[in-house]
Amino acid sequence: MEPSTGILPPMNKPAPQPLDPVAIRREFACYRQAGAPLVYLDSASSSLKPDCVIDAVANHYRQTPANIHRGLYPMSEAATAAYENAREQVRRFINAAAREEVIFTSGTTDAINLVAHGFGNALQAGDEILITGLEHHANIVPWQLLRERRGIVLKVVPITPAGEVDPTDFRAALGPRTRLAAFTAVSNALGTETPVAELVALARAAGAATLVDAAQAMACCPVDVQAWGCDFLAFSGHKLFGPNGVGVLYGRRERLEAMNPFKGGGDMIRAVTYERTTYNDLPYKFEAGTPPIAAAVGLGAAIQWVEELGLPRIATHEAALVAAAIEQLAALPGVELVGRPRRRRSIVSFQLAGIHPHDAGTILGTNGIAVRAGHHCAQPLMDYLGLPATIRASFSVYNTPEDITALLAGIRRTQEILG
Amino acid sequence: MSDAADLYQELILQHSRTPRHFGPLPQATHTAAGDNPLCGDRYQIRVQVDENGIIRDGAFEGVGCAISKASGSLLLDAVIGHSRDEFERLFQDFHAVVRGDEQSPAAIARLGKLAAFAGIWKYPARVKCAILCWHALRGALAGEHSATTE
Repeated sequence: MEPSTGILPPMNKPAPQPLDPVAIRREFACYRQAGAPLVYLDSASSSLKPDCVIDAVANHYRQTPANIHRGLYPMSEAATAAYENAREQVRRFINAAAREEVIFTSGTTDAINLVAHGFGNALQAGDEILITGLEHHANIVPWQLLRERRGIVLKVVPITPAGEVDPTDFRAALGPRTRLAAFTAVSNALGTETPVAELVALARAAGAATLVDAAQAMACCPVDVQAWGCDFLAFSGHKLFGPNGVGVLYGRRERLEAMNPFKGGGDMIRAVTYERTTYNDLPYKFEAGTPPIAAAVGLGAAIQWVEELGLPRIATHEAALVAAAIEQLAALPGVELVGRPRRRRSIVSFQLAGIHPHDAGTILGTNGIAVRAGHHCAQPLMDYLGLPATIRASFSVYNTPEDITALLAGIRRTQEILG
Repeated sequence: MSDAADLYQELILQHSRTPRHFGPLPQATHTAAGDNPLCGDRYQIRVQVDENGIIRDGAFEGVGCAISKASGSLLLDAVIGHSRDEFERLFQDFHAVVRGDEQSPAAIARLGKLAAFAGIWKYPARVKCAILCWHALRGALAGEHSATTE
């Protein structure tokens, strides 16, 4: 996909310099302060935070800790400006048409729940919502709760044995009652990159709205909501080198305007009497209460940091690492890769023959290697695969080929202890 | 670096590779499922209790990690032939040690072979693996059909 933020280098320039993960590590306190070598292969759970993000959050609290949209004094005005500047940074990063289409939430889960209420509560019994077999619990459970509230039908597009979503299967599952197709851009469990633009086009052709779960995609692929054509897109700050507690819902303006608020409270109103409340304009209609101001400012700093590194360079770096990891893991006796998607981003899941993933995770962990061992909040996917859990290694800007070497040594040590 | 060698002691590895009392128990009087959805561990534990409250026999089967499987095996080793009350006392003693609330040499020694789990409190995410079958057995004796250590 072509980057479209206008920040990234145009494609006719010479190939950009590869990322230097060793230099990047110097910007991370947890690498500088680690007593033993840190082999962090769990960025798909949460990425580490560079100094500039930590500083942005700390400086916000030091300099402009006042509330926003309220105070008639300079500190509050400065806080408001910083918060709204973060919104503009997000808008540019995802190429939304307008800042009103960017809603700050507490994370991806909160964003999807907002849609499940604001959009979902207007649905009728028998209306259908389509998800795929790759989804995280955050893109399953809100629809099950909606099913209890409204009697909607939740349909699941099965995945292929390779762990992919076949557009033909997706098209076949769309029907005249499909109101929303909600699917992930990158599987957090298998690393599969779904054909987002194609799936969105199929859903739109069937008259359905679309929600893209971009939680796992934001830090590794350029995201362009207008090129994708989706109605909604959700992501979290903490997987994008930003703080916990902040995320984003992008919504196409006409969709958001048609929706009722999710949460009621201050800031989302224009006028309140005991008889009647007039809601505020977008985006504030969906931002009840004091939002995570400092975290949003930190997310803005994270986005700027990512833009300076350049997503195409990040993607190239991570593609090389994940390819090397797959090659080396596949060559190791007793290792079984889980999922063989042709388009994959930064994540590899695997099993060790005869060894439970949690035992492996504990031994790898005590050897200084941080991986995720578990069901990755995707139990239906694990059930489909017939596995209780997998071991997942995920790669980011600060990872090196030496991290893969350490992972392989850790696996051999695990096999030695438990074999 | 401890390298988890303190956790995966030879006794635990033996009992996880070839667990004792592993299989069905047709004459069971009490049974319950032990389920840890977080790990995907799932066992069915069964015991035969006589009219005097003595656990005459017991067995478990299912899937899970080395810690949960070894714990089920060593648990049944320890309680078969003993009374329900003795199981309850052992349950309390075992829990206090694996949670790290009680780490005195005397308390650990009271556990006999189960002392192999005494260091697990250093791995907080794994404590529930060690106690899964214990909760299942306690649930079975209380007439419940499932227990979870999520």
